[in-house]
Amino acid sequence: MAEREIMEYDVIVVGAGPAGLSCAIRLKQLKPELMVAVIEKSSEIGAHILSGAVIEPEPLDRLVPDWRDDPPPICVPVERDEIWLLSEKKRYRLPTPPQQKNHGNIIVSLGAMCAWLANRAEALEVDIFPGYAAADIRFREDGSVGGVIIGDMGVGRDGQPKDSYVEGIEIHAPVTILGEGVRGHLSKQLIERFDLGRDADPQTYGIGMKELWRVQPGKSIPGLVQHTTGWPLDKNIYGGSFIYHLDKDRIALGFVCGLDYADPNFMPFEAFQQFKHHPMVRDLLEGGEILSSGARAISEGGYQSLPKTEMPGALLVGDSAGTLNVPKIKGTHQAMKAGMLAAEHIVETGAAEGFDAKLRDSEVVRELHKVRNIRPAFYKGFWRGFVRAAIETVTAGKLPTTLNIHADDTALRKLDEFTPPDRNWVERDLPPRDRLASVYFAATAHDEDQPIHLQILEPDVCTTRCVVEYGNPCTRFCPANVYEMVEDEAGESLQINAANCVHCKTCDIKDPYQIINWVTPEGGSGPNYQNM
Amino acid sequence: MKILVGIKRVVDYNVRVRVLPDGSGVDLDGVKMSVNPFDEIALEEALRIREAGKAEEVVVVSIGGDPVQQQLRTGLAMGADRAIQIKTDADLQPLGAAQAFLKIIEREEPGLVLLGKQAIDDDNSQTGQMLAALWGRPQATFASEVVLDGQSATVVREVDTGLETIEVDLPAVVTVDLRLNEPRFVKLPDIMKAKRKPLDVVPLDELGVDTASNVEVTGFSPPEQRGKGIMVEDASQLVQELKNRGLL
Repeated sequence: MAEREIMEYDVIVVGAGPAGLSCAIRLKQLKPELMVAVIEKSSEIGAHILSGAVIEPEPLDRLVPDWRDDPPPICVPVERDEIWLLSEKKRYRLPTPPQQKNHGNIIVSLGAMCAWLANRAEALEVDIFPGYAAADIRFREDGSVGGVIIGDMGVGRDGQPKDSYVEGIEIHAPVTILGEGVRGHLSKQLIERFDLGRDADPQTYGIGMKELWRVQPGKSIPGLVQHTTGWPLDKNIYGGSFIYHLDKDRIALGFVCGLDYADPNFMPFEAFQQFKHHPMVRDLLEGGEILSSGARAISEGGYQSLPKTEMPGALLVGDSAGTLNVPKIKGTHQAMKAGMLAAEHIVETGAAEGFDAKLRDSEVVRELHKVRNIRPAFYKGFWRGFVRAAIETVTAGKLPTTLNIHADDTALRKLDEFTPPDRNWVERDLPPRDRLASVYFAATAHDEDQPIHLQILEPDVCTTRCVVEYGNPCTRFCPANVYEMVEDEAGESLQINAANCVHCKTCDIKDPYQIINWVTPEGGSGPNYQNM
Repeated sequence: MKILVGIKRVVDYNVRVRVLPDGSGVDLDGVKMSVNPFDEIALEEALRIREAGKAEEVVVVSIGGDPVQQQLRTGLAMGADRAIQIKTDADLQPLGAAQAFLKIIEREEPGLVLLGKQAIDDDNSQTGQMLAALWGRPQATFASEVVLDGQSATVVREVDTGLETIEVDLPAVVTVDLRLNEPRFVKLPDIMKAKRKPLDVVPLDELGVDTASNVEVTGFSPPEQRGKGIMVEDASQLVQELKNRGLL
């Protein structure tokens, strides 16, 4: 094959999320002559972004000082915070912990905000390329990262080029910024190749599912921020919900479950749908209309799980590294700050080296250090976690101990080792009926005639070991019904409905054998989230 | 020969189109917009004709506010040589669009005009036909094959009864159907090249056409929701349920 076409930049950013876009904007603000490119696999900027999202505006003040004159498309100031503990039928008001006080914060659609940030970046002459997937890393001869290789387009399911085949180009740059978000497929490779996690605990994750609704007029109280914990989760599953009241009768609601749950039969999607049928939520949604839905993994390991964020030729920023603050339930401000810091570092030194130390010395990691013991405190159940979290909060993380973080894939118990609790789940009638109906609201689209982007490294395991040991949990933890066990004359086999995939990465994380490898499909594939 | 291709900015085909609660239109808030897929096929055909040496220049034309420049840039990245935006914030009906387009034809004097057979937003399928009539030139609609031969074109049309082959004298208006070709992927460096290609902005007011619409939109409403289904035990219950509903 002939050599790939090459484009040269000074900095290449993978992923047009808050971290990557903040980095690109800051680079051009500090040094306008730098050539900066941003590669994004979604068909449009923001179409793969899914977040609550209540954000702290402080980094926006720094990055786009005049943002209040031309705010992001959805931007509702927080007026009031409420936290509720739910039982099946009732709710109890809890005091709002200081981390979750949102005075001065704004509710946005992070997807719409990223599209808005991308416009700002383009005005500074950042080249943004939505619809192109960074499929591979380009390594230099000395083993350092020297840019990315864009995925080929027009490859058939059998791996052979179709008539429409277009070879992906190489983009070379002295520094590559990985801002892929949680469990980025390139970041995952690089963390392994450069052993970036050697001094850190394993990363732990959650799966966040979100829906946008238009409710009956008057039911939405713009600026009201509600969080719940408790039902429908039992005390051993870490998680809870958010209900953000937007303008124009819109409500953004979502549900997060820690992916370190043990029950092999647990289905996060079902938990979310159950939550919607709690009287408190049901009253809100009844008579309304679902507009959009989706899911995305969240990094929850924080301080202990933070890998080294630099390697020769490249940096990890935002949730590619895992800078989300779990007790605050916020990652955007952290991602933006990490992105800006990366830009400042590159402008100062022209290289990747030295960034990790700067990040660890910055407010980004200081903020993570303060709250480092709160997430792992919940390993011993909700109430003990609750007490420890209170202590950690009062002492501002100054206690000398640091609890360890455990991995998610090893947390799952085998079928015969686990007795599921009685969940008291109810009959549902609010849409979407099931995961397929939900995927419809994610507007996800993949050309069916392309290689399956969910690689099963050892397919025999699914039908021999997993089916007996765990009962194929991929058929349950995937929020988009990608994995199905089907039976034919030849026996049972795993069917992968790759076209349903919403790129949440849960399978890559939770699979107990770690044989599911998520790679990027053809650029432009995936969900088409709208105001998520 | 010069080929003029009309492209319209429409709601992307992957988007779930939703009617605004007050019925005043379709919700466009945060909605992904794209080149009308049939127009993309028209452009692809124009590019292939040029690449076969039968045309020298491909010009893409769109009508609308500044956001349509995004779609024009896509057309340039696919390979069009230059672009023209007929600038207006008004929402033109097919007749108005055809009248405005005709003015560009008079300036550019193309040998062929390629359009999508219809736009996927209003599904009118009228602009091409009206344009040919106003221009006083032949039309070949719903094309699934286009072969140029000097002063004429042989066009295979998709009609209700099958395929119809006609020959039209050039210049002519050809509107294209789905099976004509598969549009190409845009190569990433071509996006950069497209930024440097010329894009002329022509205010609609300066074209001297009266595009005032004689169509009044009175309201939008979504199709009626399907009722909830029930599970039946057996065939006799199915028959009974159908009878209860007066369907048998």
